[in-house]
Amino acid sequence: MNERITAQISSHRFLALPFALWAVLFIVLPLFFVLGTGLTNEAGDVTLANLLTVLQSEYLRALGLSVELALASTFICLLLAYPLCLILREKRESRGLLVFLLFLLPLWMNSLLTTMAWQTILEKHGLINMFLSYLGLPAVHLINTPAAIIIGMVYNFLPYMVLPLYVSLSRIDESIVEAARDLGANFWQTLRHVLLPLSLPGIVSGCTMVFIPALTTFVISALLGGNKVLLVGNIIEQEFTAAYDWQLGSALSMVLMVFIILNILLEAFADSGEQRKKGRP
Amino acid sequence: MHKELLRLERINKSYDGRKILEDLDLTIHENEFVTLLGPSGCGKTTILRLIGGFERPDSGKIWFDGQDITSLQPEKRQVNTVFQKYSLFSHMDVAENIAFGLKLKGKGRNYIRDKIKYALKLVNLDGYEHAQVTQMSGGQQQRIAIARAIVNEPKVLLLDEPLSALDLKLRQNMQRELVKIKRELGITFVFVTHDQEEALSMSDTVVVMNQGWIQQIGTPENVYNEPENAFVADFIGDSNIIDGIMIKDKLVHILGRDIPCINTGFGEEVPVDVQIRPEDIQICAPAQGQFQGIIKQVVFKGTVYDITVQAAGFEWLVQTITGHEQGSEVGLRLAPANIQIMAKPASEDEEAVSNE
Repeated sequence: MNERITAQISSHRFLALPFALWAVLFIVLPLFFVLGTGLTNEAGDVTLANLLTVLQSEYLRALGLSVELALASTFICLLLAYPLCLILREKRESRGLLVFLLFLLPLWMNSLLTTMAWQTILEKHGLINMFLSYLGLPAVHLINTPAAIIIGMVYNFLPYMVLPLYVSLSRIDESIVEAARDLGANFWQTLRHVLLPLSLPGIVSGCTMVFIPALTTFVISALLGGNKVLLVGNIIEQEFTAAYDWQLGSALSMVLMVFIILNILLEAFADSGEQRKKGRP
Repeated sequence: MHKELLRLERINKSYDGRKILEDLDLTIHENEFVTLLGPSGCGKTTILRLIGGFERPDSGKIWFDGQDITSLQPEKRQVNTVFQKYSLFSHMDVAENIAFGLKLKGKGRNYIRDKIKYALKLVNLDGYEHAQVTQMSGGQQQRIAIARAIVNEPKVLLLDEPLSALDLKLRQNMQRELVKIKRELGITFVFVTHDQEEALSMSDTVVVMNQGWIQQIGTPENVYNEPENAFVADFIGDSNIIDGIMIKDKLVHILGRDIPCINTGFGEEVPVDVQIRPEDIQICAPAQGQFQGIIKQVVFKGTVYDITVQAAGFEWLVQTITGHEQGSEVGLRLAPANIQIMAKPASEDEEAVSNE
């Protein structure tokens, strides 16, 4: 069966041509361009100088902060999405679908617009502080802080967590949960020993899908962080558009790419583990 | 009979306004092999889920060993279930699956190891401790599911059509093995199936159900030989079911003839259902038969021939060990003891014969 499908695909290989052309032109070539720029100086000589510059504390600090904020927003997304998907799993009905679509809504809105909306909510005389002063409470300082950036990231990237989690949780048959209850597991034991391990692939892929865009964003951090909080995405953007140091910008991009590749490898590893258990190596 | 263990009392249950069970009473005893038998949608699985704790009755009570467990959580009940789809934990190996319940109860390592060994031996899978459950066959997975349930030493083991996914040979093997396991453990089995042969060959008690009503409770011989109504007669084994009128005790009128039988107590001139098993009809020379007819069809089934005889305006199913010529004229003879008289259902609600 599998072999036949493989044979069929290989005989229709020419169908992949348009995409292959696209990928080479707009994905592979630019990648090599970045690599080339990052590993040479202005005179065109091969050098590691750009990469060594990245190791300066200023850049490392931005990179560290980016990883920190991306991890924090990934974690918050997971905390928000998992209980929701647990509930959605139980009631697969029209009402469940409505809640589900509500959570996916940010996907269909331009993230630039939603982030600007958050700006007006979080700013000094924004909605939150207006509400607080109305209640006679002291104003909070949110805009241009890491917290504001995390809020923006969670808002924009939550759908990427909900989707894979929902898919992997709703695939678990109800009778598996009933079997656990039958054998003496209460809700938390069922969650810990059955639902969590079985939904692990969804957790990993949801975390990857939130972590990578959160790590590389510069729009959210630019709008909600002002110039006070610099993430690695903002620095790269500035190197290309303001400082015109393409070499350093490319070198920073390469370092960022290492993180992305590590992340993807982690997901591939989790996936292959899952496949092995299912007996399909 | 052993001590009463489980009692369902006036249970009502409906889904989306559709009644599944109505005023159902059922008592199950210690060390009994009870089979709930009926067509799909008759409510047999709902009974199992009520006992397991996965459903709550709309009204009525469930008593277990003298205690009301109607609203007790499934994890707190002394029963374990073998699910139709096995429902093994795919992220655990065989030993981890079997140890699941024991670990939750905080049993020691050695105890758990011995239990796993014992359970695997019982289901004929010694040495499979570290096999991946997803790579096992359906029959093996079913055995693991049984092992996983019984290590918890439940007082009642609930089995929800556990053999329905297996092929015939394997199913027959598992039937024998389940009976053996049941004897070894000495606990109560409540077994759900729609397969009448399975029910007859395994159980101490068969509960025949249709449309949320219990039609008959009895030993396998009992429900086969003395069905209480046309549904039971029709559902279990093959039957000729004929409308008749009880003339008086020991004489019934069917298809224009008065036929002697052995039933009494129905009254006089009362409409009844008359059931005659195909293997209880004798084919003889036309002159010696109570009915005369023509053989329409002969089908060889291996051990017997299924013979269709058109006689007195009725198509009779007859089973014989010897073959007969199609188209030949024959007579049919019925021994009085082999005629089963059943009361007609009293109301439309109890209308037992399905339209299938």
